[in-house]
Amino acid sequence: MGSVATAPHAHAGHAQHHHEESFVSKYIFSQDHKMISKQFLITAIIMAVIGFMMSLLFRLQLAWPGESFALSEFLLGSKWAPKGVLDPNMYMGLVTIHGTIMVFFVLTAGLSGTFSNLLIPLQVGARDMASGFLNMLSYWLFFLSSVLMLASLFVEGGPASSGWTVYPPLSALPQAMPGSGAGMTIWLVSMAIFIASSLLGSLNYVVTVLNLRTKGMKMTRMPLTVWAFFATAVVGLLSFPVLLSAALLLLMDRSLGTSFYLSDIHVAGEALDHVGGSPLLFQHLFWFLGHPEVYIVLLPALGITSEVIATNARKPIFGYRAMIGSILTIGFLSFLVWAHHMFISGMNPFLGSVFVFTTLLIAIPSAVKVFNYLTTLWRGNLVMTPAMLFSIGLVASFIAGGLTGIILADSALDIQVHDTYFVVAHFHVVMGVSAIFGMFAGVYHWFPKMYGRMMNTKLGYVHFWLTFVAAFGVFLPMHFVGLAGAPRRYYSYSEFPMFEGVMDLNVLITLFAILGGLAQLLFLYNFFYSVFRGPKAVQNPWRSNTLEWTTPVEHIHGNWPGAIPTVHRWPYDYSKPGKAEDFVPQTVPLEHGEAEEHG
Amino acid sequence: MAGEATKALSNDVLWGGGRSPFSISYGKMMMWFFLVSDALTFSGLLVSYGFARHSTTEAWPIGEEVFRALPFLHGSYPLVYVALMTAILIFSSVTMVLSVEAGHRMDKKGVIKWLFLTVIGGAFFVGSQAWEWSHFIHGGGGYITTPDGGKYWVHNDTHDTHDPANAPGFHLVKARPGHYLLPAEGEHAHVEGAQAKALWASRVAYIDGANMTRNEYGPPQYANFFFFITGFHGFHVFSGVVINLIVLLMVIRGVFHRRGHYEMVEKAGLYWHFVDLVWVFVFTFFYLL
Repeated sequence: MGSVATAPHAHAGHAQHHHEESFVSKYIFSQDHKMISKQFLITAIIMAVIGFMMSLLFRLQLAWPGESFALSEFLLGSKWAPKGVLDPNMYMGLVTIHGTIMVFFVLTAGLSGTFSNLLIPLQVGARDMASGFLNMLSYWLFFLSSVLMLASLFVEGGPASSGWTVYPPLSALPQAMPGSGAGMTIWLVSMAIFIASSLLGSLNYVVTVLNLRTKGMKMTRMPLTVWAFFATAVVGLLSFPVLLSAALLLLMDRSLGTSFYLSDIHVAGEALDHVGGSPLLFQHLFWFLGHPEVYIVLLPALGITSEVIATNARKPIFGYRAMIGSILTIGFLSFLVWAHHMFISGMNPFLGSVFVFTTLLIAIPSAVKVFNYLTTLWRGNLVMTPAMLFSIGLVASFIAGGLTGIILADSALDIQVHDTYFVVAHFHVVMGVSAIFGMFAGVYHWFPKMYGRMMNTKLGYVHFWLTFVAAFGVFLPMHFVGLAGAPRRYYSYSEFPMFEGVMDLNVLITLFAILGGLAQLLFLYNFFYSVFRGPKAVQNPWRSNTLEWTTPVEHIHGNWPGAIPTVHRWPYDYSKPGKAEDFVPQTVPLEHGEAEEHG
Repeated sequence: MAGEATKALSNDVLWGGGRSPFSISYGKMMMWFFLVSDALTFSGLLVSYGFARHSTTEAWPIGEEVFRALPFLHGSYPLVYVALMTAILIFSSVTMVLSVEAGHRMDKKGVIKWLFLTVIGGAFFVGSQAWEWSHFIHGGGGYITTPDGGKYWVHNDTHDTHDPANAPGFHLVKARPGHYLLPAEGEHAHVEGAQAKALWASRVAYIDGANMTRNEYGPPQYANFFFFITGFHGFHVFSGVVINLIVLLMVIRGVFHRRGHYEMVEKAGLYWHFVDLVWVFVFTFFYLL
């Protein structure tokens, strides 16, 4: 064999001769995980800005249907917003691409790509990812798929318009609607490339965690961030390939005339040459990815929150092993619940009740996590950094969204509110707001590690409170719009007298959405200003235990100038009785007779 | 470059975290996880096939009735050719094992010999699949449907499908419901001469061979999935052959001998075994079940 995986220690001196790199190999085709993580973050920020702008444009239409907005015409041109009124086809396109960008490009690649890349090697004590080359490839495939997705906005029929779930037949027939043409094809190609990127990234994350931990870094001494990234990568490895099968079959239906998802379709009175396929098949395949995808988005945010809350509460995380157990249980259960997205698709009611049961089971590990956060916060010496505020904000939105999740998990209730704004509000709170709060928490917390500078705390507070108020201002009233029966993905409700009563809420929602958008400008300013002009960071600004704070502030290739430190204890020795400081880094050996604590 | 420090393989320095969980290098572990992921892609496809098959109202074709031809020979040899293809593919897995084993002994000549045979086996399989496809597309003469809902297999001596009615030996055979190319039971199924020509003239549709929209074997999904899944698998075999070929060239140039280990052959081997294993499932689903 002769191939036992080995020690980073063998080349301890490697990093010291820090040879000069060209601009291209340092900033563009970099194989350094820290640079790749920044590339992911910046790309995700750009995508997030675009995705957010799209939501503002269609929120304008929902609040003031048919009104003219110079902004719409300026951004979309006179074709898609003639005289400033949003075109219905473009409305659908915006909804679709907003969902796609936010779910995949911001919260999947942006969140995992940034923080798994930054933190896995630094927190487990590795010089880099297992394969720097594949890691680089992963970013550039992501970049390519982002460019393609944006390019699809400019094709003649407009971008894909059948919703981010791209259900056939709308997505399978190029003639179904304008966005089902070239825009849809580019969407599928872009997603196929995205899946390849996600695969390469996940392979690296999993293998780095398993194989490249430093001496003493047992699995049960890993920070919960790493556990969350690890579980996320495994879930991604198992679910994205199924989306790939679904997308490939859809591509065949579109381009080669097969009938996997199509049957008995009449377009303009003429029967199409497709018989025997089943659109339900696509829904099954899609949601087999689609539901785990929720946890691919959420788990990294929960991992970041665990770390930020423990550090800033100056307390050990409550129930460390229970946290690991709940991460793994959530990951496992996420594969057994997909059909709760399909309760009204004509499923056997008995089968539906099975999925009700498995879905409700997920509430257990989720509640374990929430209780552990609350008990960690309980009587802690809370340090209210912006990262901490966002983490607590995540716990709040996770509870708020989780409760409506229980309502939607129950098929008898779900059937009433299916495809209404209640569902939209639910998943935006539990997955959108929670995950983006986790991402903000991560950026505020690890900004000193990424850029060697500090972000402005005061702006951070303002950013948090405006974002928090705006998020609930948008999504709390949206639940009531949904309970009143307003269906999602309608261009306008002005034709339906029964919705008149709740439509004033739409104005309120849009106003809060605009407030939320303005709040993000503060963040963007704070972020980019601090990258260049922020005060220099100190070695360990949050007085944290984990390994990443033992690396030099200025990034070097290989992370540690000397040998990789050895780990002697778990990462949550905060306020340990009998210690001079209120934190004991993982690199400090256990004293004689000192027991290693495990929650 | 990045990752370089962690790439080194060595026997004397053990992995820092204690015992490496799987005692294998990162590259091999990555290959394993990639294969798990790829297995899920195939699972998605094969489950979809099952979904389509069980939701159809038409009879699904039977493997040994559809696949019973041999190259250059006439007559009925149910599943003989695919059995040969399968045997050769599995045999190429055996030669791959021998190649990996020779690598462990640092026996460069052995690696070359067995890897070369693996490439040959894989190339034979891909070629056979091409033949199998062309036969599937061409079909066995096709069938016509008549206004009263009857279904007749079309036969002639020259296997002409462009103008079968005027080819020598033209006759029709009433089809047995749910079967491929078999005559109906319990009555005189053969229709010849003027009667056959009259039926031919009154046909509602003539379906011959297989394409994306219809095929003579059964529901469209049967051919759709056959093309897609065996094609997707064939693409895997083809890329496996290319990978094996590249590795073979590197072995010949002595790259791995200088490196001191033949782990690359092992990684290519993992992929190759996986592709073979997937074929066992594809074979089972399309030919046996």
